[in-house]
Amino acid sequence: MIYLDNAATSLRRPQEVIDAVVRAMTSEGNAARGAHGAALSASRTVYSARVKLAGLLGCPRADHVIFTSNATEALNIALFGTLSAGDHVISTDLEHNSVLRPLYALNEERGVELSFVPADDRGCIDYKDIERLIKSNTRAIVCTHASNLTGNRLDMPRIGAIAKKNGLLFIADASQSAGCTEISMQEWGIDILCFTGHKGLMGPQGTGGMCIREGVDIRPWKRGGSGVSSYDVRQPDAYPTRLEAGTLNVHGIAGLSAAADYIQSIGTDAIEARESALMRRFYQGVAEIDGVTVYGDFEQKKRAPIVALNIRDYDSGAVADELFHYYGIATRSGAHCAPRMHRALGTEKQGAVRFSFGWFNTTEETDLAIEAVRRIAE
Amino acid sequence: MIHKKGVRLFVTFHTTADAMAFERACRTAGVDGRLAPVPRSITSDCGIAWETEPPLRDALADVIKRERLNTAGICEREV
Repeated sequence: MIYLDNAATSLRRPQEVIDAVVRAMTSEGNAARGAHGAALSASRTVYSARVKLAGLLGCPRADHVIFTSNATEALNIALFGTLSAGDHVISTDLEHNSVLRPLYALNEERGVELSFVPADDRGCIDYKDIERLIKSNTRAIVCTHASNLTGNRLDMPRIGAIAKKNGLLFIADASQSAGCTEISMQEWGIDILCFTGHKGLMGPQGTGGMCIREGVDIRPWKRGGSGVSSYDVRQPDAYPTRLEAGTLNVHGIAGLSAAADYIQSIGTDAIEARESALMRRFYQGVAEIDGVTVYGDFEQKKRAPIVALNIRDYDSGAVADELFHYYGIATRSGAHCAPRMHRALGTEKQGAVRFSFGWFNTTEETDLAIEAVRRIAE
Repeated sequence: MIHKKGVRLFVTFHTTADAMAFERACRTAGVDGRLAPVPRSITSDCGIAWETEPPLRDALADVIKRERLNTAGICEREV
């Protein structure tokens, strides 16, 4: 199988990640629950992972790296933990449902006002629209670093500067960028950076988290055992304990920690160069094929390694099915949990076929995928 | 029978993450000690403490200041 669905999850993972999970499952106790060897080993594993993730994502404080089960959980914690009745929040058409649905729920349940920066038919936004949408009760900007459908990136430092200038909280979704490119939440002015562990970071599914700027106050959304302050009736106030009630996924975090080592040893620049080269090779190969429509802005110098396309008026699901059953190529068709982006592109009915590249893909696989698209389009 | 260790110095923490950061810093600085359960006679948020010899109090204070470590308190107890 040629796996080109890395934007969904990275199917092929470094052996070091698998080994670390197995080692943790056979040797580690419960983190922050006791001081015997196995429990301390788990606590050290988790803390070590915090340090590495803080380094990879440009977070100044390791104890402000919170682990969750995925980016969706992190985004829910961030949004429900900071927004209140009467607040106004600005987001964009590029967002995944992991941002959109919590926002819609906040609108329904708490009366949080929402505004969305529109995207054009190439999936691009006008940054001036963000400033135009700011009101007296605007509390936050929440947006993705890269569209999971088109691969278009948003200019995080620019949005961070707008947020800072206007005293707004800046919440970023790095689901499609963490591990694939250099990120510096501090330099970019990000207050809360949410990430998943199983995509570009190449860790196990069930891992993810958030990096929080010092001084940002997030209300806990779950409460329970923490291993500290057991006689206090309230959830402990200090990060990371405040947001990590219950047993952590130490086995998964051990794998994520090994993945962070793997990425660090290669360097995000090298990873980005390789994945981008495959993405651009594929784009150049398919863009000229008669009957193929490619979505997104490929003039962007830096973009996520994603190419979304349609072939003639064919149902995107039928194309993905053809690709898998006749060519052994795994892609993702349909709506990609990105309803506003599809509407902006005009692909709400047809959907699109998304090819997303990862570290373990090759030029040979890329060329076979181009040839498969060519044959289907004939 | 529980083995008596005599008077020991304990550094306590608000979170396990603080305890882990403390252990790392002490290992790097070469300051002796180990993570151990907090004696029940000490009121502490976190159940893990750094246990060491009382004469190392100044050395620990230096590490805490230099590395800007978060701690809940330092005290001696006979255990």
